[in-house]
Amino acid sequence: MAWETVVGLEIHAQLATQSKIFSGSSTAFGAAPNSQASLIDLGFPGVLPVLNGEVVRLAVRFGLAIGATIASRSVFARKNYFYPDLPKGYQISQYELPIVHTGSVEIPLAEGGSKTVRITRAHLEEDAGKSLHENLTDATGIDLNRAGTPLLEIVSEPDLRSAAEAATYMREIHQLVRYLGICDGNMQEGSFRCDANVSIRPTGEDKLGTRAELKNLNSFRFIEKAINYEVERQIDILEGGGQVVQETRLYDADRDETRPMRSKEEANDYRYFPDPDLLPVEIDDSFINQVRADLPELPAAKRKRFIDEFGLRADDVAALTASRAMADYFESVAQAVGNDPKLAANWVVGELAAALNRDDLEIEASRVAPDALAQLLQRIQDGTVSGKIAKEVFEAMWAGEGSADDIIDKQGLKQITDTGAIEKVVDEILANNAAQVQQYRDGNQKVLGFFVGQVMKATQGKANPQQVNELLRKKLS
Amino acid sequence: MSIGTVASQAAALAAGNLSSRELTRAALDEIEARDGTLNAFINVCAESAMAAATAADELRAAGRAGPLTGIPIAHKDIFCTRGLATTCGSRMLADFVPPYDATVVSRLADAGVVCVGKTNMDEFAMGSSNETSYFGAVRNPWDPAKSPGGSSGGSAAAVAGGLVAAATGTDTGGSIRQPAALTGITGVKPTYGRVSRFGMIAFASSLDQAGVLTRTAEDAAMLLAVMAGFDPRDSTSADVPVADYPATLGDSLEGRRIGVPTEFFDDGLDDECATLVRAALAELEAAGALLREVSLPNLPLSVPTYYIVAPAEASSNLSRFDGVRFGHRAEAVTELNEMYSLTRQQGFGDEVKRRIMTGTYVLSAGYYDAYYLQAQKVRQLIADDFRKAFAEVDLIAGPTAPTAAFALGDKVDDPVQMYLNDIYTIGANLAGLPGASVPCGFTGGLPVGLQLVGPAFSESLVLNVAHQYQLATDWHERRPAGAD
Amino acid sequence: MALSDDEIKHVAKLARLAVSDAEVPDYVGKLSRIIDLVQQLDAVDTSGVTPMAHPLEMAQRLRADDVTEENCRDAYQASAPDVVDGLYRVPRVIE
Repeated sequence: MAWETVVGLEIHAQLATQSKIFSGSSTAFGAAPNSQASLIDLGFPGVLPVLNGEVVRLAVRFGLAIGATIASRSVFARKNYFYPDLPKGYQISQYELPIVHTGSVEIPLAEGGSKTVRITRAHLEEDAGKSLHENLTDATGIDLNRAGTPLLEIVSEPDLRSAAEAATYMREIHQLVRYLGICDGNMQEGSFRCDANVSIRPTGEDKLGTRAELKNLNSFRFIEKAINYEVERQIDILEGGGQVVQETRLYDADRDETRPMRSKEEANDYRYFPDPDLLPVEIDDSFINQVRADLPELPAAKRKRFIDEFGLRADDVAALTASRAMADYFESVAQAVGNDPKLAANWVVGELAAALNRDDLEIEASRVAPDALAQLLQRIQDGTVSGKIAKEVFEAMWAGEGSADDIIDKQGLKQITDTGAIEKVVDEILANNAAQVQQYRDGNQKVLGFFVGQVMKATQGKANPQQVNELLRKKLS
Repeated sequence: MSIGTVASQAAALAAGNLSSRELTRAALDEIEARDGTLNAFINVCAESAMAAATAADELRAAGRAGPLTGIPIAHKDIFCTRGLATTCGSRMLADFVPPYDATVVSRLADAGVVCVGKTNMDEFAMGSSNETSYFGAVRNPWDPAKSPGGSSGGSAAAVAGGLVAAATGTDTGGSIRQPAALTGITGVKPTYGRVSRFGMIAFASSLDQAGVLTRTAEDAAMLLAVMAGFDPRDSTSADVPVADYPATLGDSLEGRRIGVPTEFFDDGLDDECATLVRAALAELEAAGALLREVSLPNLPLSVPTYYIVAPAEASSNLSRFDGVRFGHRAEAVTELNEMYSLTRQQGFGDEVKRRIMTGTYVLSAGYYDAYYLQAQKVRQLIADDFRKAFAEVDLIAGPTAPTAAFALGDKVDDPVQMYLNDIYTIGANLAGLPGASVPCGFTGGLPVGLQLVGPAFSESLVLNVAHQYQLATDWHERRPAGAD
Repeated sequence: MALSDDEIKHVAKLARLAVSDAEVPDYVGKLSRIIDLVQQLDAVDTSGVTPMAHPLEMAQRLRADDVTEENCRDAYQASAPDVVDGLYRVPRVIE
């Protein structure tokens, strides 16, 4: 039987604030255990939550970016369950009235074209702490630094039809939240996490199958592997005459498998009710308009513009718009080189990306600034250096040896365009290679390449290749 | 030495007739001498009290004393006090020493008030008789066999018994007004949001409100003037200016419309209590007030509504007591859920566990709409009744409790009987309104209270009417044997 | 309405309260009476009534995004039953 995969994602994006959602503790990563846990984060008797206004602004920013409805009134609710990393015995979240609902994003499909993924809701909630098992015998250590960190939980409809689509959607949201500056997207530090609801059904069937919730999908690679594993597992069960059990499963990256979570074995009854310590969050149109006015150009719009305005290829555009910083870098180079955006694009996705990759750097930390790269490209355009020499210059710039002009000047890399000088070299080469000259004259045109190579070698690549070609043809004819 | 009232103490301090050290010493001596019987205090902090009294005297000597500088009071043991054990009447917190002060505590301390100790209370404020305290029942100063009411029973007994002139309290369903009535003193529960809840250990967050127990309305006005006000640490704190409560105490009652709800005089009300409350209403009329009959048709539903909303919120509020970060933890546990369930089984008393169970049940899957949501709707109907009534009258008056103080042990085995004790007080909590109880007579040697309830943020009016009543009567000046 | 023994045990489990078999009948009796009391509300017509979550008709106040807390770990952990290397220690958690 043919099976169709059905996936919906719940993405937890940590909102980029200085302080926590309900307390004035720092959200900085990596502090000593429990050194950033205030009385509120610890759930001490008597303390009360006060909402950080910045999380509201960031959530609205996201909502506007996905064309969603911003709730004029949203309500915090308590999700009640016991767990040692949950200090109050409840998580403050939003349940019936989330701050953002009914939006969508467009994702590109591997087979071409795109599809719309509907986003049911995005709600605010507080993160839990961390359970640490290392160095403790039969015990767990609880670090509550992360407790109370603001999260935006972005819940999609079950619109995704493959592991690859799920990964693409996750990338799309990842890119979007970083464009919006609402989340740093750091997956190693847990700032961007994902759970997947996965089910299968016979192709053509409308009814959804029983789903499993996969936890701990904290990389684009894992999400694909975990969903693929889970789909195979469910197919095996159903084709073997069994039934899929609705449960929460943990993805184990080391073993590349999913397994049931012990802590979630008991049916949960979260007993949601409105949190009486917090009042409804009210958002008016003037606030929404203010946030809207402040929105950056979004990835989809930028991609379209780069194609329309610069005439670039889709795959180059994808690379150039991967992050807002990358796109900004490209645009400032492209602007400086004027009429040749393709030259700028080739260099940014080529040499620059390779160098960044080699040194494991983000574009923000590039060793060559956009204006410096633009100067180099201008030297290609005005014929000062060839493309090949430019690559050498670039490496020197990357190594911190100075600007393009300095390096060209210091290392004498300026292209030889003096016809007399080139002619002198050409004459010498022809004189020393009589046999090859004869071959050419006998009709073997390929030998021309040999002479070009020899001339370039003799000039350390500095001779203008076009002039070399012209002179050779003239002299050999 | 007579403890007197806050006003009389303040006058003596201002005149230089007494020092804060003398007043504080006197309070500590009274506690020492008589609290063995009353059991009004869980903790007495003689040393820090005397140090605070010394500081208050120095402040006064330096000419920087305010109206309350140097007045010794007690705090209900539900308010967190930095460095001073705060138990909430529970084994769970028997050894808990908070690292911070509640806003009520710090505001009063900033005003120069001296804290002599923490008063006994029903465990986590859940009770109407003070018998659910882990630290034993409090005795009513009028009759040690009787309950002082609850949950602020320790505060009430401390004031009624003349150990201190004033004590703080909290009122979730009547926990200030009912013990005030049962011990013959004045108790004021302000509007929800008027006094910060920060640092007050939560029972039911949408109902809890801090207030004060005193001998007179004038004293209550003096203390509330300091306690009330906006607190940025409490999201439910109202950013509404605080009126000058003492300034309007003297206003005439001429033309004041006082509503008397028929529902307050139901079958459950003791006949003698009814007679005394009617007499008090006549007294108000004689002082110029206009009595009007009003109806709060949904008021009889306030008890069932409350016993859904309050336990539901409590079940969640008390989940933080899990043995991980503070409080009691069961010994010799090896498994996580065992640690939770034994810690909580040992740390909480029967009534608290019953309310956690009730609250968990009404919020559980399949029951939310039938219980919690329906209760929230009926709560709205009850609040609407008050709104409609206040379109016609300035204030509502009636009995505080259905009977005078009952015997300790009388109702402990019947939670529902106990709950019905709060039938007249719960409405004000559900609607978030300010209320007060003032003594209005005696039956069988036990005091009876007159309750006043006003519209939101009408504390000035509630205090003014209570004060005018006290100018016309002397019930508030009666003292039980041994108390001055 | 009488609650069943199983319901009492289920609720106790949700609330993480150890309730022994011997205690169940008392809970059944008292909670059933309480539920009888609150079920009076069943008869009330509340159609069209907005649920009242809170007595205050106010909106949530928003705090500025400022870090105002310092590290007070030692003071805060003074009240903890079991701490090791700055971590709260609990029986092993199995995920």
